[in-house]
Amino acid sequence: MGLDFSIVPKYMDIILLGCAWTIGITVAAALLSFVGGIVFAVIALFSPWIIRQPFRLLEWVFMGTPLLLQLFLIYFGLVQIGIDLPAFVAGIIGLGLHFAVYNSELIQTAILAVDKGQMEAARTLGLSRGEALRKVVIPQAVRDVIPPIGNNMIALLKDSALVSVIGVSELTLSAQRVIGKTYRPFEFYILAAAFYYVINLGMEWVQRRIERRISISR
Amino acid sequence: MTEQTDFVEIRHAQKSFGTLEVLKDINLTVRRGQIVGIIGSSGSGKSTLLRAINDLDPLTGGEIWLDGVQVNKKLPHRQYEKHINAMRQQVGMVFQHFNLFPHMTARENVTMAPMLLKKISREEADALAREQLDKVGMLNRIDYYPSQLSGGQKQRVAIARALAMKPKLMLFDEATSALDPELVEEVNMVMKQLAEEHMTMIIVTHEMDFAASVCDRVLFMDKGVVVEEGPPEVLFRNPAKERTREFLRKHLEGAK
Amino acid sequence: MDLELMLKVYPFFLQAAWVTILLSVLTALLGLICGTLGAAARLSRFAVLRFLGAAYVSVFRGTPALIQLFILYFGGPQVGIQLDAFQAGVIGLGINAGAYMTETIRGAIIAIDKGQREAARTLGLSRWQATYKVILPQAARLMVRPLGVNLNMLIKATALVAAISVVELTYTAQRYIGSTYKPFEMFLLAGLLYMIIIYVTGRGVAWLDRRVQIT
Repeated sequence: MGLDFSIVPKYMDIILLGCAWTIGITVAAALLSFVGGIVFAVIALFSPWIIRQPFRLLEWVFMGTPLLLQLFLIYFGLVQIGIDLPAFVAGIIGLGLHFAVYNSELIQTAILAVDKGQMEAARTLGLSRGEALRKVVIPQAVRDVIPPIGNNMIALLKDSALVSVIGVSELTLSAQRVIGKTYRPFEFYILAAAFYYVINLGMEWVQRRIERRISISR
Repeated sequence: MTEQTDFVEIRHAQKSFGTLEVLKDINLTVRRGQIVGIIGSSGSGKSTLLRAINDLDPLTGGEIWLDGVQVNKKLPHRQYEKHINAMRQQVGMVFQHFNLFPHMTARENVTMAPMLLKKISREEADALAREQLDKVGMLNRIDYYPSQLSGGQKQRVAIARALAMKPKLMLFDEATSALDPELVEEVNMVMKQLAEEHMTMIIVTHEMDFAASVCDRVLFMDKGVVVEEGPPEVLFRNPAKERTREFLRKHLEGAK
Repeated sequence: MDLELMLKVYPFFLQAAWVTILLSVLTALLGLICGTLGAAARLSRFAVLRFLGAAYVSVFRGTPALIQLFILYFGGPQVGIQLDAFQAGVIGLGINAGAYMTETIRGAIIAIDKGQREAARTLGLSRWQATYKVILPQAARLMVRPLGVNLNMLIKATALVAAISVVELTYTAQRYIGSTYKPFEMFLLAGLLYMIIIYVTGRGVAWLDRRVQIT
């Protein structure tokens, strides 16, 4: 069986819809991972020992096991405890939490790198510890971690393909569905890869622009 | 062609980086056993000229001859690589930042190139390492790694490494500039000793006293040209050109 | 928590863990080969090779590993490449890991001070002699830790071959979740084994990193 790309246009609408889902899931999971990353970082650094230690263990589990396995746990686990969410929601939660842990690592390092004098200066103005963190320390740390977090978000795009395995009709599963009808795996997986590549290039372009803007603002 | 006595000959050397011309029509001859110093402010082109002799920064125009052979002759890439490697084996170079190989001991730094390129045995190489390190007063540190040595000690090992290839010519590129003041003398001593052995040397330096005491001839370079050259007692005491006077005045004030 | 069930199925997980380990080892070896070639291409004197190296890195890092695996395993037969799932897994993941390792290896090489190559060249060493006597021994020491990160990611990425039905840890967990409806227990079993593999590998890398440092 040779290659025949002429049937591609006929199924383009399905693939494009898949693309839209991939972008939507990536953006939603990215937002979740960003907010989650900040929350996790604050817990890991500033919460009492009794919360911090179990939390560290949880982080360790997230970083030491494959994302695919975590997706299975979240998807089937939620059903198990009686929460029946649509697959795409489970996918966003799974991707978002997974990358929140990685973002948290970056943010923790960045918070620790913010000069101690900044916290002291804020406290002498009368801000509480929480206020000083929120208003002074974290904004600076976030600025420092935007470039490496950008790399995580680009990784997230590619890992979003994994949610096809729990039945989310994003780009990869859309390609699979079309292949089920046409028996043309090579053509449609290459097509899907091309779309991922283009989205990836787009994200890299945005990342470069943001980095340039940050480098100006210091 | 070249006369027997002209050991190094640089003719119409020209070097540009893009539109920036850093060497403009430089001519220089060095006789066998002669010691030539090059002084000048940073950006004068003195280091570039020195590095061109070893083809680290190839010239964009002009010729360099060493002992009757043209260093920068036009050859197809493969042949040129062979040729330049052979030329470089005859020229020792000492860098400002030593560039010792950090993953090798002093002994290994000295023996690596002779063993690899001259195919000498381990025993011969070992004797060579002892001889050369002894000469620079570093025999007692033969099995130390560079990270365990002071700057002056590193530079002395780097000199031993270059000497182990039995070069016909030694090039020194600000060999003491990166050293703490109290470590300069030990390196200068080694260079003086080489001078007494009539090693041909070209020394780029900013130490006027040292240049005056060691060199047979000193060149003052500025903005890519040789402004003035002559014996040190003339160039330092009684320079002919205003630019030289100005440089020396500034430099001597700076030293105080 | 259903401990009885966990004890009953854990031998199957143990068996699957060996498949994961074998996959990881083979993938890492292939990745190192591809990464070395890729880095050599990216640092080559020839523009064509530099372009090919850059394209390799860009394409394989710019698309999901899962899709690459699918193209090779499902699309391969269309272009005359017949592989079983395990072979496709090793080759697909190995080439993918190689793209990441290319950047690691290249990064370590270009981090070595320019003066090192110059010093070697002034002694008369050729380009290649300077590279393997002076540059690579130093770069190799710099590479250990970042290659360890690549290895850590690669081990977790072997889970992807579950999607082409290679019976490794994640596939085994998925199958038992489906048949027992005990996701937490199955996750715990598989997750623990992954963490042991990752922990031991991490310690190995740290040990190697200490050993190769210059005193």
